[in-house]
Amino acid sequence: MSTRLAKGGRLIDRAKPLNFTFNDKPLRGYAGDTLASALLGAGQVMLGRSFKYHRPRGLVASGVEEPNALVGLGRNARFEPDQRTTTTELFEGAETRSQNHWPSLDFDVGEINDKLYKFFPAGFYYKTFMFPRFAWKHLFEPIVRQSAGLGGVPREADVDRYEQAYAYTDVLVAGGGVAGLAAALREARTGKRVMVLEQTPHWGGRAPVDGGQIDGQAAADWISNAVQTLEGMDNVTLRTRTMLAGLHDHGYAIGYQSVGDATPGDGRPRHRLWRIRAGLTITATGAIERPLAFAGNDVPGVMLAGAVRDYIVNWGVSPGDRTVIVTNNDDAYRTALAVLDAGLTVAAVIDAREHASGPLAQKLRERGVRVLEGRGIAKVHGRKAVTGVAICAQAGEGGVVEQIACDCVAMSGGWSPVVHLWSHCGGKLTWDNTHAMFRPDPDRPPLGDAGQPLARAVGAANGLLTLPEIMAEADLPAVAEPEAPLAPVWVMPAGAKEALKFKSFLDYQNDVKVSDVQLAAREGYESVEHTKRYTTLGMATDQGKLSNINGLAVLSDALGQPIPATGTTTFRPPYTPISFGAIAAEARGEIFQPLRRTPMHAWHESHGVAWEPVGLWRRPYTYPRTGESHRTAVNREITNTRSNVGLLDASTLGKILVKGPDAGRFLDLMYTNMMSTLPVGKCRYGLMCNDNGFLMDDGVVVRLSEDSWLCHTTSGGADRIHGHMEDWLQCEWWDFKVYTANLTEQFAQVAVVGPKARLLLEKLGGMDVSAEALPFMTFAEGTLGGFDARVFRISFSGELSYEIAVPAAQGLAFWQALHDAGAEFGAMPYGTEALHVMRAEKGFIMIGDESDGTVIPQDLGLSWAISKKKADYIGKRAQERSHMTDPDRWQLVGLETLDGLVLPDGVYAVADGYNANGQRHTQGRVTSTYFSPTLGRGIAMGLVKHGPARMGEVLDFPADKGAVIKARIVDPVFYDKEGKKQNV
Amino acid sequence: MLTLQCPYCGARVEETELAPGGEAHLKRFGPGSSDADFESYMFARKNPKGVHFERWRHAYGCGKWFLAARCTATLEVFGTYPAQTTEPPADLIAKIKEKRPTWEGYK
Amino acid sequence: MSDAVSALNGQTHDGFARVAEAGLRGMVTIRADLGSAALAGALAALGLSVPAQRGIVSAGGKAVGWMSPDELLLLCDYAQAPQIAADLTSALADEHALVTVVSDARALFTVQGAKADQVLMKLCPVDFATLPEGELRRTRAAQVAAALWRSGPDEISIVCFRSVAGYMMGLLEVASRKGGEIF
Repeated sequence: MSTRLAKGGRLIDRAKPLNFTFNDKPLRGYAGDTLASALLGAGQVMLGRSFKYHRPRGLVASGVEEPNALVGLGRNARFEPDQRTTTTELFEGAETRSQNHWPSLDFDVGEINDKLYKFFPAGFYYKTFMFPRFAWKHLFEPIVRQSAGLGGVPREADVDRYEQAYAYTDVLVAGGGVAGLAAALREARTGKRVMVLEQTPHWGGRAPVDGGQIDGQAAADWISNAVQTLEGMDNVTLRTRTMLAGLHDHGYAIGYQSVGDATPGDGRPRHRLWRIRAGLTITATGAIERPLAFAGNDVPGVMLAGAVRDYIVNWGVSPGDRTVIVTNNDDAYRTALAVLDAGLTVAAVIDAREHASGPLAQKLRERGVRVLEGRGIAKVHGRKAVTGVAICAQAGEGGVVEQIACDCVAMSGGWSPVVHLWSHCGGKLTWDNTHAMFRPDPDRPPLGDAGQPLARAVGAANGLLTLPEIMAEADLPAVAEPEAPLAPVWVMPAGAKEALKFKSFLDYQNDVKVSDVQLAAREGYESVEHTKRYTTLGMATDQGKLSNINGLAVLSDALGQPIPATGTTTFRPPYTPISFGAIAAEARGEIFQPLRRTPMHAWHESHGVAWEPVGLWRRPYTYPRTGESHRTAVNREITNTRSNVGLLDASTLGKILVKGPDAGRFLDLMYTNMMSTLPVGKCRYGLMCNDNGFLMDDGVVVRLSEDSWLCHTTSGGADRIHGHMEDWLQCEWWDFKVYTANLTEQFAQVAVVGPKARLLLEKLGGMDVSAEALPFMTFAEGTLGGFDARVFRISFSGELSYEIAVPAAQGLAFWQALHDAGAEFGAMPYGTEALHVMRAEKGFIMIGDESDGTVIPQDLGLSWAISKKKADYIGKRAQERSHMTDPDRWQLVGLETLDGLVLPDGVYAVADGYNANGQRHTQGRVTSTYFSPTLGRGIAMGLVKHGPARMGEVLDFPADKGAVIKARIVDPVFYDKEGKKQNV
Repeated sequence: MLTLQCPYCGARVEETELAPGGEAHLKRFGPGSSDADFESYMFARKNPKGVHFERWRHAYGCGKWFLAARCTATLEVFGTYPAQTTEPPADLIAKIKEKRPTWEGYK
Repeated sequence: MSDAVSALNGQTHDGFARVAEAGLRGMVTIRADLGSAALAGALAALGLSVPAQRGIVSAGGKAVGWMSPDELLLLCDYAQAPQIAADLTSALADEHALVTVVSDARALFTVQGAKADQVLMKLCPVDFATLPEGELRRTRAAQVAAALWRSGPDEISIVCFRSVAGYMMGLLEVASRKGGEIF
């Protein structure tokens, strides 16, 4: 059983004990502990159940590669599942909970899956999809749904905050081990801006644990000197607890900083996501040790040799009293020495190599430890904890030659460089036969924006696995115990039979075994990418950090080809999981996205508005009074506007100033109709198409002066239309002398609409708004009620109507003044729904209702607004295509239901016959449909084949539940067909 | 995520400040053009693996459209230049040819 | 005029830096040939000069910033803007130019304090360590367009559209919250 040693632990502070719980059991650790070291130190070997077979699992590793020891951390609004105990710092009061079991960690019903392993082979899910067909829906899916997912979902909104920050640097060093520090020093001394990120809270990486000397100093001393030097340089930024998650195009790198993880509620952000732009990224990300595949290599107590060493040296934690080392290389002998130095027992070293004769092996023998050569582990004994191992000949099939009792197995299959960052953006790898590993190919680095190398790998990440090699790269002398060559061993024993391979795990987190990969190969999976998806090897949250190379090796062996011929799967960011909170950062709650407010926004809010989102704007939909439904409120607003006077906040309408000697010529190209001939002081309704001929926007254009026009756009369209104008001006007609300015937000605009509109404005006073002085479709500038105003006589409702623009800063005051003065005339605000109904009563189209990107103005009875005289306008050529001039195109009509009810929106009118899919032919569809309080019935507009020629015909509109609604084709202008009311 | 230098304001900016605008140097065919020419202008777009000329707008910056020569395979940027031209500048073409000797050239 | 109010009416927030909506400020957009002698003369009359690429020139409570190769933004007292715009319009009457008041279309913010840069580092893809005084940088603050410059010792000014002033204040408030210091 694991325990805390009486002394040792270079990272912990025994004077600062910390209390925490595991499955509600109170436990104690120390400041400097990770959750993993604290749990292990508290004797907790078994920490969870595996995903598929629910096998008991404990810690395998001590860092980011840990596949098993994930826990639920915190509670309620601070609960988060799947927290990796090896990378989570212990803090006072931490609440941890094991995952993936029911009802308890010790007794888990799901463990039955382990007995049924033969029924859950590779590709289990895919196979359930295939056969028998009924079984997926009724048998497999309910079971899979029940057991899917790792960890529990948080039930409350996250109370922590998260943020992002941008950073720029010449050199970004990923990894604060000795290779990273040496590279950082070297780059910093050239004066470049250097940023060094280290994912753990500590500098130096593995070197302080592994020992050795650098530049005549003990590794730990050299590290602290190097950090001190870097800290003293203005051009260097050092950050611990910051993991470089990904390296992307043009040197864009994502760093993930743990800021307040260990101090919940202290007001600091929990995580900060760094968006870094680096000229060169130095990947000093070290190497990860590989497990060996032998039966029972997942029993709690079987750990990576390096991890066993880490727990002892870093945290003063003994993973077990009696440790068996199993290895194919010399580095694991350092673990044996660390175990001995801690006063614990090494039961034996099982070395798969024929000979173990390096100096490290010698050292161990001198200390009286048995070193078994050419041996492997046939099987690990124990279920919830290791009790012993059965030893066999590595070359054989697993015949047991000896049993050794132990409570910890430290395994090492060699080390693989962490090549993720190098690979994210296209850096290529090369196979290193000596060390049986992929390493960065320096001749094929990822490339930057000028075609230059974007990254350089150093240290163990570059395939240099010994201290002297690593430091030599930085021209520094170093000394460490020499190592004898490794023997590439992936499976133990070499001739393991099925029974053993069924329990030899490659991917701990997804429960993928040697037998699964071999089965995939037998079933014809040759591509490593396909095998990965079929077996789910490497697809868990650890992204195959432990399983990748081992899986490749097993697959290559099964396919009878060398490993480089199989290749690797794609390395994708993030390197380790990052929180959703950090990705969202500030974009949540009120500032999830920009909310555009008119100057009158607060007034609407305080007057009971129901909002309608229009783009990023909020526009009043209606202003329901107490007891009113939205519909009755809308009807009231319409009736009041048509009989008294209504006030609409029209500030969101786009207002683009177009000025210059060529402005008229330019607008003639932008609009389908002629704008250059518009007299100064006059307004004209205009249509804008894209060059593919389709209607994209409409609005009233005003000629302000000889060389300037004001173009109104739809509310959602201002930025888009301004961009559209600038695009044509900058990229096509750059010889035109035209300037534009988007003045949408400079003005608050109010539509004063209804028969009493003029009375209201006359009461405000200051301008002559009579029919004579200000006729329909003209404008005037002046002072209205003391406000600088531009008054347009335009109407979107069919009523006497003025749209008045005032400077936005005075918008609210002007709006208020209109209400004050209008009280005696029954002035009421109205919203967008009333606006829509009134425009539909008048047969006016609405962009986005009658148009949908496939409609041309000619479809909408708007040919009158298309100039026949102009040689060109945007969309003209497109509208000459045969399909655009086809008389069979659906065209705008009004629709009246025979029963007076409201047609559903978007319904189709059916025609005789059926198409190839057995669906009814169609001959039209509804584009806008409303209840008209003015007419007391439903009215609609729609596009119908040959519609204008079929007035009076009745069409069938199938609706829900088999109902068929009958509607008659009528003139789309339902109200005041002669237009008398607006022109008074 | 790309970084491009806006030739108008001189700032080297990241892609989030920019809006993409598709292929550069399209010749507009308006009224009177043949169906084939119009179709090609409106719909046919190059999709090369390698050297490509594109439109970008410094949308969050100076608002100007500019053009960029870029390798679609490696994302190497050969240069950016103002939009008021019907073909890439000669010095840029020479630079690309030097870096990509097998490039068949513009058009 | 007395009824004129800025988007947020001078709202402030004290975090590890002080953020404030700076109230009404006069702004005039000038689109013209920036090499024009008439333009230079008109600006000189205001005590200003034509700024260089991405530059901003300040003098006597006014400033003029380079927005694009054919656009400047002039800042002045709110009340002065219409007159200045009218004067510039007449000064540029003989050339192709567009001068228009945009005071009401914008909102102006300041971020003050020794750690002001850190607030904006969280929102804008800009290298603040190399942003010199006298540069006007048009960029993005989270999801909206913004223009910013160093407007004093330990002070950065930011201009955005008026309609998103509330959003901008939300961003600045969150980014400047105590505990969020980066360095």
